[in-house]
Amino acid sequence: MSNFPFLSVLTVAPLVGALVVALLPRRNPELAKQVAFGWSLLVLVLSVIMWITFQAGGDRFQFRESYPWIPTWGVRFTFAADGIALVMLMLIAILVPLVILASWHDAEHSKRSVPVYFALLLILESTMIGVFAAADVFLFYVFFEVMLVPMYFLIGSYGGHQRQYAAVKFFLYSLVGGLFMLAAVIGLWVVGGRTFDWNQLVNADIATGTARWLFLGFFLAFAIKAPFFPFHTWLPDAGRAAPAGAAALLVGVLDKVGTFGILRYCLPLFPEAARWFAPYALALGLIGIIYAALLAVGQNDLKRLVSYTSIAHFGFIGVGIFAFTTQAGTGAVLYMLNHGLATGLLFLVVGMLIARRGSAMISDFGGAGKLVPLLAGVLFFAGLASLALPGTAPFISEFLVLLGTFTVNKPVAVIATLGIVLAAAYVLWMVQRTTQGTLNPALTEVDGMRRDLNLREKAVVAPLIALIVLLGFYPKPVTDVINPAVQATMQDVGKTDPAPEVGTVQEANR
Amino acid sequence: MTELKLPSIDYAALSPILIMLGAALVGVLIEAFVPRRHRHLVQLLFALAAVLGALTMVVLNSDDRLLTAAGAIAIDGPTLFLQGAILILAAMALLLIGERSVERGGYFVAQAAVTAESVDDRRQAEGANGATEVYPLTTFAIGGMLIFVAANDLLTMFIALEVFSLPLYLLCALARRRRLLSQEAAMKYFLLGAYSSAFFLFGVALVYGFTAGVPGRSAGVDFATIHAAVGTSPASSVLLFAGIALLSIGLLFKAAAAPFHVWTPDVYQGAPTPVTGFMAACTKVAAFGALLRVFHVAFAGAAWDFTPVLGAVAVLTMLVGAVLAVTQTDIKRLLAYSSIANAGYLLVGVLAPSKDGLSGTMFYLAAYGFSVLAAFAVVTLVRDADGEATHLSRWAGLGRRSPFFAAVFTFILLAFAGIPLTSGFTSKFAVFAPALDAGQAWLVIAGVLTSMVLAFPYLRVVVMMWLSEPGESTPTVAVPGGLTAAALMIGVAATLILGVAPAPLLDLASGAAEFVR
Repeated sequence: MSNFPFLSVLTVAPLVGALVVALLPRRNPELAKQVAFGWSLLVLVLSVIMWITFQAGGDRFQFRESYPWIPTWGVRFTFAADGIALVMLMLIAILVPLVILASWHDAEHSKRSVPVYFALLLILESTMIGVFAAADVFLFYVFFEVMLVPMYFLIGSYGGHQRQYAAVKFFLYSLVGGLFMLAAVIGLWVVGGRTFDWNQLVNADIATGTARWLFLGFFLAFAIKAPFFPFHTWLPDAGRAAPAGAAALLVGVLDKVGTFGILRYCLPLFPEAARWFAPYALALGLIGIIYAALLAVGQNDLKRLVSYTSIAHFGFIGVGIFAFTTQAGTGAVLYMLNHGLATGLLFLVVGMLIARRGSAMISDFGGAGKLVPLLAGVLFFAGLASLALPGTAPFISEFLVLLGTFTVNKPVAVIATLGIVLAAAYVLWMVQRTTQGTLNPALTEVDGMRRDLNLREKAVVAPLIALIVLLGFYPKPVTDVINPAVQATMQDVGKTDPAPEVGTVQEANR
Repeated sequence: MTELKLPSIDYAALSPILIMLGAALVGVLIEAFVPRRHRHLVQLLFALAAVLGALTMVVLNSDDRLLTAAGAIAIDGPTLFLQGAILILAAMALLLIGERSVERGGYFVAQAAVTAESVDDRRQAEGANGATEVYPLTTFAIGGMLIFVAANDLLTMFIALEVFSLPLYLLCALARRRRLLSQEAAMKYFLLGAYSSAFFLFGVALVYGFTAGVPGRSAGVDFATIHAAVGTSPASSVLLFAGIALLSIGLLFKAAAAPFHVWTPDVYQGAPTPVTGFMAACTKVAAFGALLRVFHVAFAGAAWDFTPVLGAVAVLTMLVGAVLAVTQTDIKRLLAYSSIANAGYLLVGVLAPSKDGLSGTMFYLAAYGFSVLAAFAVVTLVRDADGEATHLSRWAGLGRRSPFFAAVFTFILLAFAGIPLTSGFTSKFAVFAPALDAGQAWLVIAGVLTSMVLAFPYLRVVVMMWLSEPGESTPTVAVPGGLTAAALMIGVAATLILGVAPAPLLDLASGAAEFVR
C-alpha cells in the first residue's frame, strides 16, 4: 500500500468531487450536499489509510511522487509529506466533512446556488491538501495562490454582513504576500541552480545577504497568511463575514499554511537568515499574543472575537517555531493541529448560536444556556479548549511551547504566559455574557433559540470534542509523527536543544 | 557608369509577407468587383484564407535562419515566432471583426463619410451593413506588422511602421456607434502617431550620421553596420544616444509605454472593440518584436547605456498603468491601462539580455495576446439597446444574469492578475526570472509591487459582476455568433493551456530565441 500515490490522489479527488457536485441540478440541493459529504468522507478514509501507512520512524519525507510539468524551468509535480504535513493533511480530512455537515443549511439563505457552495468547499479542500503535500516550491506557490479563489467566493458570495469588503480585503492581503513570495521564489530559483525541488534547494549555497532578502519575501507572505501582528487586520473582517463553516476552515486550516510554510520553507532553506530574524519574529509573536488577546476581550461580535483569539494563538505558534528547540517546535506543530480542532469547534458552535439568534452580537445574547443547555455546554467546552485548560489538547501544545521556550529564552516565555491569563479572561467573559447569567428576555421571542442541538449538529461536535479530549490525555500518536520532522527541521536550522543541566541528570539517575 | 546589382531575394522566406500584402491588394479589387451583398462573406473568407496561408508558410519556413533582400529582412527564430503569433492573433481578431449577428450589420459604420449624428447617420446606424473595406485595411496592417518584426534595417522598419499604422488609424475611425468618439480617437492616434514616426525618422538620420566614418565600412542603417559602429565609430556618442532615444520614442509609442502612452485609453475606448482587441494583441507583438531586434541586435553594444533609462521607462510604465487603472470606470479604458502596465512587464523582459529573456518576452507576447483578445470579445457581448455597455457600473450583477460569460471574464481577469494556472502567471514568471537572473532585481520588485496595485481594479470588476446585485440597468449578454464564440473560446483555452501546460510553447520560444546578425 505504501506505493499508492496517496498525495496526488488526495489532491485530485476533491477536485473531481467538486466538478460532480457543481454539475448536479440546482433544483435538488439535498443531493449535492449528500454527494459532497460522501466525497469528503472518502477523502477522510483515504487519509486515515495514509496515516496508518506512514512510518513514524522512517524517512523524513514519505509518499514521494514526482512527475514532470514544465521542464524548461525545472518545475515538477513533486509531492511528499513529512510528519508535519501529514498532521495537517489529517486535520483537513477531518474538518472538511464536519464543516460540510455543519454548513448544511448555510447556503440556503444566500439566494445563490447551493451545489456551488459545496463544490467550492471541495475545491478549497483540494487546494489545501495540495499546498501541504507539495514538495516543489513552484507547485507550493501555485496552490498557495489558487487557494485564495474558492475562499474569496465562499466569503464574497455566501458570507454575511460586509462580505464584499471582507472578501476583497482577504484576497488583496493574501495576494500582496503571495507576490512578495513570488519575487522570492524566482530569486531562489535563480540562486538555487534553476530548480524548484525542495531537496536540492535545501543544499543550495546561498549568499548571506541574498538569503536574508529571500527569507523576508517568504516570511512576509507567511506572516500575512498566518496572520502575525501587524499583518492581521484582514482576519477579523474575513472571519466575521465568512459563513461559519468557511470561517472554521479559514482559521483552522488555511492560516496554518503560514506557519507550515515557515517551518517547511523559511527555516530549512535559509537557516542563517532564520536565526538572524528570530528575535524579530519572536517579538512579533509576543506582541500578537498580548495585543490580540486584549482586543479579543473588547469584542462584541462573536466571530470577530474568535478571530482575535486565533491571532493570539498564532502568536504562540510563532514563538514556538522561532524558539528553535524540539520541544517548542513540536508544541508549535501540535498547536497547529489542536488549534484547528479547538478553534474549528469554537467557530462551528458560535455559528450554530448565531444561526439561531440571527445576530452575532454578544449583547444580543445573555443566559442562553437556559434555553439551549446542550449548545451552551459545548460552547463552554470549546472555550475551555481554546484557553488551553489542562485535560484538553491545546494545553499540551501550549505547555510544550512555553517549556521549550523557557529553556532558551526565559523572558519570552514569561511574557507569553501572560497570554494564558488573558485567554481565560476573553473566553470566560464571552461564555458568561452569552450563555450564563439572567436570561435576556429578547431571546425567548426568537424561535431558533428554543431548539437545542439536533442530531446533525451533535454529529458535528461529537468527533471534535472526542479528539480534543483524547489528544489532551494521549497525544503520543501525534507527537511520534511530529517529533522526527521537527528535529530534522531544527537540524536544518543548525540549532540543538540545550543540554540539561548536570544536576537534573544526577537527580534522574538517583 | 556602374551596373546596378540586383539583390538576391529569397521569395519563399518572404512568402508570408508577400501573401498578406498581395491579399490586401486583391481585397481592394474584391471591393471593386464583387457585388455588395456578397462582399462581406467573400472578404472575410479571403482574409482568413490569406492569414492561414501565411501561417502555413511560416510553419514551413520554421527552420529558416537567414538574411535576405540585401540584408533588409531577417528571417530568423524571433521573426518566425512573432510572425506566427501575429497571424494567429490576427485570425482571432478577424473573427471578431467579421461578427455580424451580435450587432446588426457588424461593428463598423456603413459609410464613414456620412456626417456623424446626422439624420442619414442615424438611418445607417439602424442596420445598414458595415463597410467591408475593413478587411483589406486589416490585411494591410497585418502585412506591415509581419515586415516590422522582420525588418533588419531602420528604413525598412520605418516603412513597415507606416504600412501597419495608417490602416489602423482608419480602422479606429470606423465605429458604428458613438462615431464622434471614434473619430476623435482616430484623429488623436493619427496626430500622435505621425509625431512619433517623425521622431523615429529623425533618430534614423542621427544613427546614420553616427555610423559614418567607421574604417572599412560605409555608413548605413542596417543593424549589422550599426552594431559594428557602436564602440568603433569616431563620431560623437551624443549622436548615438540621441539616435537611440528618438528611435525608442517611436517604438515605445507603438508599444504604449509611459510617458508615450497618453493616446492608449482614448483610442482603445473610441475604436470599434474588435479593432481595439486587434491593436492590443497584434500591435503589441509587432512593437515589441521591433524593440527586441533593435535593442538586442543593433544596439547590443550600448546596453550599459540604455538599460538604466529603459528600466526607468519600464518602472514608470508599470506604475502609470497600474495606478491609473485603479481609477477607471470604463471597462475599455481599464483594459487600456492594464495593457500599458503589461507593456511595462514586457519591457522588463526586453531588458534581460539573455536567451531566456528573449524567449520569455516572446512567450509573454503570445500569451497576453490571447487573453486580451478574449477580454475584448466579452466586451463586445455585454450590451444594451445603445450598443456596448462599457461603464463598469453597468456590469454590476452580471454574474447572475449570465453566469457563463461572467465566469469566463473572471477567469481572464484572474489571468491578468497573475494567478497561477493561468497564462498570466507563467508569462510573468517567464519575464521576471531572466530579469532577476540578469541582476535587474529592482525591475522585478517594481513589477511585483505594481502587480499588487493592478490586482485591485481587476478584483473590483469581479466584485461588480458576482457580489453586487443586478440593477435595473444591468445589460444582458448577447448570444455570441459563431465567430465571436470561436475567438473567445480560442482565447480562453489558450489562457488556460498556457497556464497549466506552458512547456510546448516555452520550448518553441526558447528554440527560436536567437537573432541572426
